Amino acid sequence: MSFELPKLPYALDALEPVISKTTMEFHYGKHHQAYVNNLNNLIKGTEFENADLETIVKKSEGGIFNNGAQVWNHTFYFMSFKPNGGGEPKGALAEAINTSFGSFDKFKEEFSAAAATLFGSGWAWLVKKEDGSLAIVKESNAGNPLRNGLTPILTCDVWEHAYYLDKQNLRPKYIEEFFSILDWDVVSARY
Amino acid sequence: MAFELPKLEYAYDALEPHIDARTMEIHYTKHHAAYTNNLNGAIEGTALASQSIEEILGSISKHSVAIRNNGGGFYNHNLFWTVMSPNGGGQPSGELAEAINKAFGSFDAFKEAFNKAAATRFGSGWAWLVKQDDGSLVVTSTANQDNPLMDIADVKGTPILGLDVWEHAYYLHYQNRRPDYIGAFWNVVNWDEVTRRFKV
Repeated sequence: MSFELPKLPYALDALEPVISKTTMEFHYGKHHQAYVNNLNNLIKGTEFENADLETIVKKSEGGIFNNGAQVWNHTFYFMSFKPNGGGEPKGALAEAINTSFGSFDKFKEEFSAAAATLFGSGWAWLVKKEDGSLAIVKESNAGNPLRNGLTPILTCDVWEHAYYLDKQNLRPKYIEEFFSILDWDVVSARY
Repeated sequence: MAFELPKLEYAYDALEPHIDARTMEIHYTKHHAAYTNNLNGAIEGTALASQSIEEILGSISKHSVAIRNNGGGFYNHNLFWTVMSPNGGGQPSGELAEAINKAFGSFDAFKEAFNKAAATRFGSGWAWLVKQDDGSLVVTSTANQDNPLMDIADVKGTPILGLDVWEHAYYLHYQNRRPDYIGAFWNVVNWDEVTRRFKV
């Protein structure tokens, strides 16, 4: 099976000024595309040649895992955004956030701290555990919580390529503004 | 005694076009300075405050993650700035050239091994040329701010050349083209300093 770069539901400049068109051109057009191309090349002739992406994320190692998980992670990340997003979730996810963290603000604080303190390249995640409760986890490099039996609900890419052209070393500013482009309808549907 | 951000021996724009002035300024005044300050904060009031950075890194398995990350970041950048020079490039001569030939077969074969280590380090980290205890040379890479002085390193020894492949080292100028940055690095390598470190 050959994987393809997914189409984005918004224009490359739609998330400005939080994420610039230039960053999107590189992040989606180059990095995400390269992970897709690398994955397609690496799985040829392996047991993962006809596997779906989730299986690859859960079962593979090495280069296939790195590229497969980065395809999955970036698709999940880019699909969480919309222009003029932000606000707060409603319904079941809002209730679960209150139950697990006390309040939306507390959740935001914990998620932001996880994203800010992840050392090196990686991802901060909001995940659903088997009992329906929520937790925040950090994963280095291509790490993905599916491998630990957790269901990803939201992620923030803190590889420097996600924000360096726009914010340079100011990762906390990127994380703060990240919340203003979230599409909580999409995120809530994952819960 | 607190560690200090070392003075840069050249101007921010001195390594252009290989490393741009804006990258140098942010890399040195923001990233390196932050590692230095955070290291000082992490060791303040502890017995480590009287140790050298090499001593601290050599027993890093006994210390906190904050000391590992910031101590590594402090040392690695100290080394990185000195192994580059506006008058760099070319090839080493003398003892270092001989040791490179012995370990890798030729200078080109060494460059190839180093380039590969730098290009294939997934995520953030460093590529290194390391002098091992027996005096022989080896190429390796480490994740994040780890380095070969650390007692947790897979390949241990004294780093004599290092290349930062965190995206902050090249993203403003090269974006996703890490191999172009690695290729340009050879034009600014300060072989006099690398040789000095080899002979210590």
